[in-house]
Amino acid sequence: MKPLRLTLWGRGALLAVVLALMAGLVMAKEAVEVGEEPWVEARMLHLSEELRCLVCQNETLASSRAELANDLRVEVRALVKAGKTDTEIKQYLVARYGDFVLYRPEVKPVTWLLWFGPFAVLLGAIGMGWLYVRERQKQTSLAALSDAQRARADHVLNPTDHP
Amino acid sequence: MKKIILVPLALFVVLLAFLAVGLRRDPHEIPSPLVNRPAPAFSLHTLQSGQSLFSPEAMRGKVWMLNVWATWCGACQEEHPVLVSFAREGLVPLVGLSYKEVQASDEPAGKPLSPEDKLAMARMRSQAWLRAKGDPYSLVAMDLDGRVGIDYGVYGVPETYVIDKNGVIRYKQIGAVTPALLEQKIRPLIQELNRS
Repeated sequence: MKPLRLTLWGRGALLAVVLALMAGLVMAKEAVEVGEEPWVEARMLHLSEELRCLVCQNETLASSRAELANDLRVEVRALVKAGKTDTEIKQYLVARYGDFVLYRPEVKPVTWLLWFGPFAVLLGAIGMGWLYVRERQKQTSLAALSDAQRARADHVLNPTDHP
Repeated sequence: MKKIILVPLALFVVLLAFLAVGLRRDPHEIPSPLVNRPAPAFSLHTLQSGQSLFSPEAMRGKVWMLNVWATWCGACQEEHPVLVSFAREGLVPLVGLSYKEVQASDEPAGKPLSPEDKLAMARMRSQAWLRAKGDPYSLVAMDLDGRVGIDYGVYGVPETYVIDKNGVIRYKQIGAVTPALLEQKIRPLIQELNRS
């Protein structure tokens, strides 16, 4: 293995890269003080993705710029830092704002229709389709021709075969 | 065979019923999980300086109303005269909850106000507003940072709560209280709660 030799330009470039990285580190450190520790921020963001902003209803709490969304993010951050689990934090918000804050509503008797309704409709449609096909088959078999009818139909359709 | 044709028709009627109900609902009216739950406790400064902190516990044994408002809130201006004339009847005490009176945009950039300055500013503004438009409140609690608002599930000002003698929330109105709403819902409810 050859020892790594850098030209003057190469060393200059390397130095520039190292300096840039260091500057990045210094800035990152400052950002940590303004925000929170990365793990708190990551969990807060993850949770906020699943929560609805109540002011602008089709935005997540993570993406909304509304004042209340901001307050709630602060609240979620504090709860994360206090060591609450995701379920506990969601329950905290549901107790105040109702199921509506959850983008994925819980499965419980009130939401059964919401969760299983589409599948019930699909099953119903399949059942109907099956019934329909069976009914059709029954009718076509009833409509099967007798030998006399078949002969007559043959005669009408192919008159040249039977002079 | 003929009966099968009726099934899509029945399904269509069901769909129509869902749409008829769904389209009439205001998507901003979210049923509050707080109704029939105890009103969350808090302890806040009031509008008048020098008074002790207000806590809902102090209203135990009375039917009362809590109205969330702010001077920057447009719908509160419309609602205000309704509340003033309602309060004049003296049917129940009306407690105001001043919600985030001082907004982030009021603070000089990069220099958040101290809680004392915020409180002073909020009091000054709210008092001026009430002096000009009439004061329907028996007292106003100052929720400067909106934390009490979060506990009460406030997501749009104004909001109004009717709380019974046991401190249980019995009704929540999101948006302005109108004379029609007072007559049809709030007054009958208060009369019923006052009897019990």
